Amino acid sequence: MTRRTGAIVLGVVVLIGALLVGLLAGPVHIAPADAMRWLLSFGRRPPGLSEQQATILADLRLPRVIVAGIVGAALSASGAAYQAVFRNPLADPYLLGAAAGAGLGATLAVTFGPSSAFAFAVPLAAFLGALAGVGLAYGLGRSGVGGRSTTSLILGGVAVASFLTAAQTLIQQQRSETLRQVYSWILGRLGTAGWDDVRIALPSVAIAVTILWLCRRLLDVIEVGELEAESLGLHVARLRLVVVVAASLATAAAVSVAGLIGFVGIIIPHGVRLLAGSSYRQVLPLSVLFGASFLILVDVVARTAVAPAEIPIGVITAFLGAPFFLLALRRSGRRTA
Amino acid sequence: MSGSESRPPAVVVRRLGVRRGSASILHDVTLEVPQGSWVCVVGPNGAGKTTLLHAVAGLIPSDGEIDLFGRPLDRFGRRERARHVALVPQQPVIPDGITVGEYVRLGRTPHLGVFGAERPNDVAIVAAEIDRLDLRSAADRRLDSLSGGEFQRVVIARALVQEAPLLLLDEPTTGLDLGHQVRMLELVQELRRTKGMSVLSTMHDLTLAGRFADRFALLSQGRIVATGPRSVVLDAAVISEHFGTSVRVLGAGEAGWAVVPVSGDTG
Repeated sequence: MTRRTGAIVLGVVVLIGALLVGLLAGPVHIAPADAMRWLLSFGRRPPGLSEQQATILADLRLPRVIVAGIVGAALSASGAAYQAVFRNPLADPYLLGAAAGAGLGATLAVTFGPSSAFAFAVPLAAFLGALAGVGLAYGLGRSGVGGRSTTSLILGGVAVASFLTAAQTLIQQQRSETLRQVYSWILGRLGTAGWDDVRIALPSVAIAVTILWLCRRLLDVIEVGELEAESLGLHVARLRLVVVVAASLATAAAVSVAGLIGFVGIIIPHGVRLLAGSSYRQVLPLSVLFGASFLILVDVVARTAVAPAEIPIGVITAFLGAPFFLLALRRSGRRTA
Repeated sequence: MSGSESRPPAVVVRRLGVRRGSASILHDVTLEVPQGSWVCVVGPNGAGKTTLLHAVAGLIPSDGEIDLFGRPLDRFGRRERARHVALVPQQPVIPDGITVGEYVRLGRTPHLGVFGAERPNDVAIVAAEIDRLDLRSAADRRLDSLSGGEFQRVVIARALVQEAPLLLLDEPTTGLDLGHQVRMLELVQELRRTKGMSVLSTMHDLTLAGRFADRFALLSQGRIVATGPRSVVLDAAVISEHFGTSVRVLGAGEAGWAVVPVSGDTG
């Protein structure tokens, strides 16, 4: 009990710290005390902070930090949830064709969409594409032999992802002038994050994460396997559907504003399990807290390491992800041994 | 038997059939478990014993009738069913990285609201069963650090916190040494006495089965070929025929009742 509370407190403290670091990091220096006073006065400019500094905080850094936090929380929570319902420690938020669907959606919007509404059309198309990808994978997986098994769902995801990626490649091939734009979107982008992105992502992520949080105890039940979970009165197929829909909603919202940022959904849940054990009662809330902090801090690295240029954030998470992937592999090896 | 009692049997199975694909796993199975009794299903490997338990637990589709406590199984809701039947599988899944306490707590699932958390009452029941099974010192240990005997007790504890009056035990002594086997079966006896639980089990060890259970059903190739007390079902001729090896049944002599194989004794 104390360890559990301790981990939550640590998560909150780290998140507040990450938020402050995110607000302070950047080419224009802002004193920590000024930033704190500005934050605590809810945007009214305190003395000591210039007009320009206040604008940078309000319109550039704060929305960017919040978008990074939302995306990190969404990817981590949905990663943990996918790992539970598919009982596979390597499952990640992009498992069921969400990434491929979002990629195709974004490509279509970049290529054929109205250039005037570009900022709005691409996220929306990516969002719809991600949901369509998951829906197709789920339908395909269920229609197979033994439609209730997790393996057929995962195979459905693989098939749908291959198909959608092929479609995306075909379009890119024919409209090579859009290649660079699509490519930079796919690598993950928080550089243009603004309040519009917060408005796009926050509602879906909030709803989805709340649903996942409500299911956290049931995710522990499903860990004993389908048969035993049913013998405990759980409707496994229904729970899996609810969790997949919620996690995919969160993923789609994250992808739509941030592009594809890989490995967050594996790094954070596994790190959290090392910290506080594998019960989803801890893993889920802690993934939200540490996932948000993690992506805020990674974004700080992305925009300061080679300033004034930016490293694509997806590249950094992929670098960090490889060791955690190995860790997950080792843990899953022990489980089946 | 239940004839003179007004209490309906814990389990009544009539003309049960289970198919998997085109293969018939169980065929025309009829069986009764009176309340408070222990019925043990014996039979060679692949006879359908586990399938029978899973059908009674409502976990697989089946033809025919299954009544639990006088009520058709298909009229139970899922959670309600789980409040009446607890299953201890032969090889329970060991979830990665959770503690004994967290695992036992899962047994309260059918008593909680779908998204609800445990109330103090649930926590107390979990603590009481952990104490009963001598697991208090292990409560914070991780499941994957337990020995086979400890883990089996933990699974029983999870089934007991379900507070179901019917306990299904699938090979409860598998992988346990002789001492743990006997203690496990004595525990089941004690639960019947103190809680009035009804037990339907499968068991491979015919000697231990014969010493603990009240009634027996011999399942062979998906059919019940003998039911009744030990003297009828665990009979040398019947066993020899269906298990494909000669056995002798020793009477209540110095060593007590036992089923022993005839071959292999070179001494």
